[in-house]
Amino acid sequence: MPSVHRIEVRPAPQGIDVRGQSVVAMASTDPDLQAPSRVHGAAVYLIEGDLDRSAIDRVTRELLCDPVTQVAHHGAAPARGRVVEVLPLPGVADPAAESVEAAIQELTGAAVRVLTGERWDLEGVDDSAADALARRLLANPVIHAVHREPWCPDGFPMAKPHASTVRRVPVCSLDNPALERLSREAHLFLSLEEMQAIQAEYRRRGCEPREIELETIAQTWSEHCVHKTLKSRVRYREAGLAPGSPTLLDRGGRLDGHATEDGALVVENLLKRTVAAATHRLMEPGSPSSVDWCLSVFVDNAGVIAFDDRHAICMKVETHNHPSALEPYGGAATGAGGCIRDVMGTGLVAKPIAATDIFCVAPAGMRVPKGCLPPGRILRQVVAGVRDYGNRMGIPTLNGTVWFDPRYVGNPLVYCGVVGIMPRDLIRGRAESGDHIVVMGGRTGRDGIHGATFSSAELTDTHADEFSHAVQIGNAITQKKTLDALLAARDATGGPLFHAVTDCGAGGFSSAVGEMGAKLGATVHLDRAPLKYAGLSPTEVWISEAQERMVLAVPAERLKALARVCQDHQVEWCDLGTFGTPDRDLILLWHGEEMGRISTRFLDEALPTPTREAVWDPAWSAAQQPAPAGIDRPTTLGQALRRLLRHPNVASKAWIVRQYDHEVQGTSVIKPLAGPHAGPGDAAVIRPVADSTRGVAVGNGLATGLASDPYWMGLAAVDECVRNLVCVGADPDRIAILDNFCWPSCKDPRNMGSLVRASEACLDAALAYRTPFISGKDSLNNQFTTEDGRTIQIPPTLLISGLGMVPDVSRCVTMDAKAAGNLLVIVGMTHGRMGGSHARQVGVIDGPDDLPQVDLKAGPAAARAVAGAIRAGLVRSAHDCSEGGVLVAAAEMAFAGGIGLRLDLHAMPTTGTMDAWQRAFAEDPSRYLIEVAPSRLAELQRSLGSLPHAVIGRFEDSGHLAVAGETLALDDLRTDWNSGEEGW
Amino acid sequence: MGERPKALVITAPGINCDAELAQAFAAAGAEPELVLLERIRRTPGLIDRFALIGLPGGFSYGDDVAAGRVMAVLMREAVYPALAAAVERGTPMICPCNGFQIAVQAGLLPGADAGRWPARAPAPTVALCPNRLARFRDVWTRVEVPADTRCIWTAGLTLDPEADRMPSAHGEGRFETDAATLARLERQGQVALRYDARDNFNGSMGAVAGICDPSGRVLGLMPHPERFTRWTQHPWWTRLGPESVRGEPLGLRMFRRAVDLVRTGQHHRSTVPA
Repeated sequence: MPSVHRIEVRPAPQGIDVRGQSVVAMASTDPDLQAPSRVHGAAVYLIEGDLDRSAIDRVTRELLCDPVTQVAHHGAAPARGRVVEVLPLPGVADPAAESVEAAIQELTGAAVRVLTGERWDLEGVDDSAADALARRLLANPVIHAVHREPWCPDGFPMAKPHASTVRRVPVCSLDNPALERLSREAHLFLSLEEMQAIQAEYRRRGCEPREIELETIAQTWSEHCVHKTLKSRVRYREAGLAPGSPTLLDRGGRLDGHATEDGALVVENLLKRTVAAATHRLMEPGSPSSVDWCLSVFVDNAGVIAFDDRHAICMKVETHNHPSALEPYGGAATGAGGCIRDVMGTGLVAKPIAATDIFCVAPAGMRVPKGCLPPGRILRQVVAGVRDYGNRMGIPTLNGTVWFDPRYVGNPLVYCGVVGIMPRDLIRGRAESGDHIVVMGGRTGRDGIHGATFSSAELTDTHADEFSHAVQIGNAITQKKTLDALLAARDATGGPLFHAVTDCGAGGFSSAVGEMGAKLGATVHLDRAPLKYAGLSPTEVWISEAQERMVLAVPAERLKALARVCQDHQVEWCDLGTFGTPDRDLILLWHGEEMGRISTRFLDEALPTPTREAVWDPAWSAAQQPAPAGIDRPTTLGQALRRLLRHPNVASKAWIVRQYDHEVQGTSVIKPLAGPHAGPGDAAVIRPVADSTRGVAVGNGLATGLASDPYWMGLAAVDECVRNLVCVGADPDRIAILDNFCWPSCKDPRNMGSLVRASEACLDAALAYRTPFISGKDSLNNQFTTEDGRTIQIPPTLLISGLGMVPDVSRCVTMDAKAAGNLLVIVGMTHGRMGGSHARQVGVIDGPDDLPQVDLKAGPAAARAVAGAIRAGLVRSAHDCSEGGVLVAAAEMAFAGGIGLRLDLHAMPTTGTMDAWQRAFAEDPSRYLIEVAPSRLAELQRSLGSLPHAVIGRFEDSGHLAVAGETLALDDLRTDWNSGEEGW
Repeated sequence: MGERPKALVITAPGINCDAELAQAFAAAGAEPELVLLERIRRTPGLIDRFALIGLPGGFSYGDDVAAGRVMAVLMREAVYPALAAAVERGTPMICPCNGFQIAVQAGLLPGADAGRWPARAPAPTVALCPNRLARFRDVWTRVEVPADTRCIWTAGLTLDPEADRMPSAHGEGRFETDAATLARLERQGQVALRYDARDNFNGSMGAVAGICDPSGRVLGLMPHPERFTRWTQHPWWTRLGPESVRGEPLGLRMFRRAVDLVRTGQHHRSTVPA
């Protein structure tokens, strides 16, 4: 009779309980929590199995407890305050338990089941405060069971088994309201038109759909999988434009649109006419400057460009917003893991070599509506999730940023970008008829069911209960093993052991097998998938989004070799069936019996493409933005500068950056923090091939402050991304970019209208900067509905990520000032437009709110001129002028390098007259700050030619920044900037 | 120069600094080979083919339970005897980061006191605990090499105050032991590397960043010398003057010392104190 042993492990009495202390510290940052006076942490291991006392003692001594610093307790130690014990809910992945089970087998030969958890003993709080700490800090009911005393069960709870039959769902006779209700209640999240298309298909077939078929269609047609909004037909109108302002309608020809009688513009497939059109036009052969280095765009899991003659580089950026709202740690970790898998599943396997992460969250300490987690918890846990996945897989997280806005409170954004490298001759794969469908990696469980359809829904205060099954916990080590095995299989003697590979992401097998077999059909034996636990129904196996699984198309004669590779790397695999059926059908079997049959033709071709209404209404759009803060003008520029350095968008993110291993793989050249005093670097550079001095720069552009007009916001984001890359030494003629739209609900024509504006910006900017888009992603339903029915829409958010080639990494530059005596040169024109600026946000300045506008001639020209000067070795440091304006950027250079600076803002080139405040804090785009030695100034000026530029300062051996008659100690400025961690 | 000595780099699920460790061995003149732990567990004798050994960083087996714990369990019976025998024969071994965490739990460090390694892996006497701020941290620090260290990887290294930093990146690197053990390690020259007191970011006892066994051949350290074999890996290489970057980076110099000892046959000389 197996019994459950309980072992607690905690720091020895004389040792330090750093985890307990960190709980006290975190609790004291949350205004809604009563901080305990002291917290004692312990690891809890519950072991179910046939182990005698001596075996348990050995397991405790050699596996669970470190004899130098820890003590173990068999059973439950007496409480030292209120007890909160946190264990995973049944069915939630527990990666540590799997490791402990394997190690116990090694030590004792016994097969046992293990649960791992945490026990916290909280001193100095009452029961209700302990409950609140459990809820807000220590546990998440979405994935955790919380006990208020040590939990000593007689046996482990089991997840509920589901019937292995597949039921038919009556659809054919439903009326429209019933179809809509079915879509909602079954969590299909399909539109009425889509439900009608399914109804028509099954009426034609003369039967009702089986549940598994309906699920397959819902997964395949989800916004997440097909981007149906961006690819749809759009009817675009403009309302209330100021007289004389340029209209998109005037320029409609460029979008291949046609005008309707009532003055609207109809555009077929918005994505194809904007983002993709730019790339295809840049790639048109013929002109000497045509882009010939894009190798695979928009067709694979990631976009692929040339690195050198032997290697190709690919990049993908994903979002994982809705899961991160419910369970930030698991949501962000699996977001990172999924994006890494996208890169692994590009071509015939790319090796991930870098990651970049951008988060948009509410400000620290904000009080949140019911159903939302506090922003502090979200950001800390999102960072931890990304950190643990990336660090464990050994992928350097090079950089990123965080943008703060109260409107992200219920719907934070978590962007994960991953870069990969692969041999140039292995960038394409295609499954062939007769290939075996092989699944490698993790087991299939009930986790993550309905992730694809969930991501297309809008969050409400009840979603935490309804969609907990869509949230998962990742296991980075399973994925690392799978990556190692895939690379070995790719590089096998005699060529890759597979014809094609893709990741199992949203929609699970249904999407992965469906995509690979779209032109072939497939026969799938669902009962062959290795399961985490018994009791899954065939439908659950088919649509489970369990993590860390890859699907391969393997020719029969190479199956044995692949099996050997998997065995060497301790990776599980299974042969799920074969590609190729007579009618291109997907045939789903369970122990030989047909459970479902779907035509890939229907999946491919029957998705209705309704016309989407879009209205661009500038007044409405402007009204969605928060009113600028009331004026609270400091008396001096210096005081204003210090306030801006403490603005969370500007202040240091070092507390986040340093939690990421940005140097694993040993390829680091330019790190996220620059100089001896760790200032904010503009972009990161790695040298991915050991015997080559070529580099890859990774940077981002985000201009959410300009969200009141997404056209100018889009141009500014591309401009910022290019500036960041150029500032570290990337070649502007070899920059590829990625778009990632996160929008509030595009069912609202006004949001759809702003999406059209942003898409047009993508087209214009990519053509002007000659930066092709190679991949992209969208998430178009980001808003939160509160208990009382109020909808909080996120600001339209467009992230532009960039990948720049660096011809020779020894020419790279950083932003930290290098030497006293050098001069500071500004490149680019200052127009003094203050709309969306941080100075306006914090009440440093008032006045008209016109938005900064990128000049599509001057911007690309400045990028090329600065890059030329860097290439010529004229530049000692370079920094992009962005959040906060020139004064912030100049101060950052000075305090990062620890070199004083005397600044003359009146020397700046400006259009018209403007006061020192506008000069200091305007956030006009396309401006660079460059440090140059006096002896090279003339050369630099020659190379900048007719571009507006001027010497605006001199570095000096002073330890302070002198501006407008004030002197500010660099140490004080650095302290202000380093306040970024406060409140988190 | 002699031929390139063979260096074994042990990998396992979750080990992820194997490639850069192999590159560092190669840059220092050795010929590295990556071998999976499972293969070594089946045929531990293959260790005998190698003149140098590296146990790389990473998150072996997820660092579940504690950093390096599960991998140490898998090595204590099956692999420890062959590794101990190799060290006794004179084979230098380097264990950065996760390798260090594994080595202290697998009985390899602080190592055999009388110069004779016990047949069974001894119980741990030092530990690497969660950082003082309970958080993973990636940072370059100033370091010191104790003047009396007997570590063959670090003894006699001269440090440039501007350029010679070491990269660390870990969540569990706080060195802990009892006062008597620390005193013995110090007395016997087994402290191989310390953080500069201003840069002891993880709160290590005695600012210990790395220790060696009494023979000086087995080095375990939390910093990653394999990540500092080129000047462009330095966090502010763009401002280092020509006099600072004249020589080889600190990390490469450490590998160079061990590889050169092996090439010249000096690693067999016993350094066990009288």
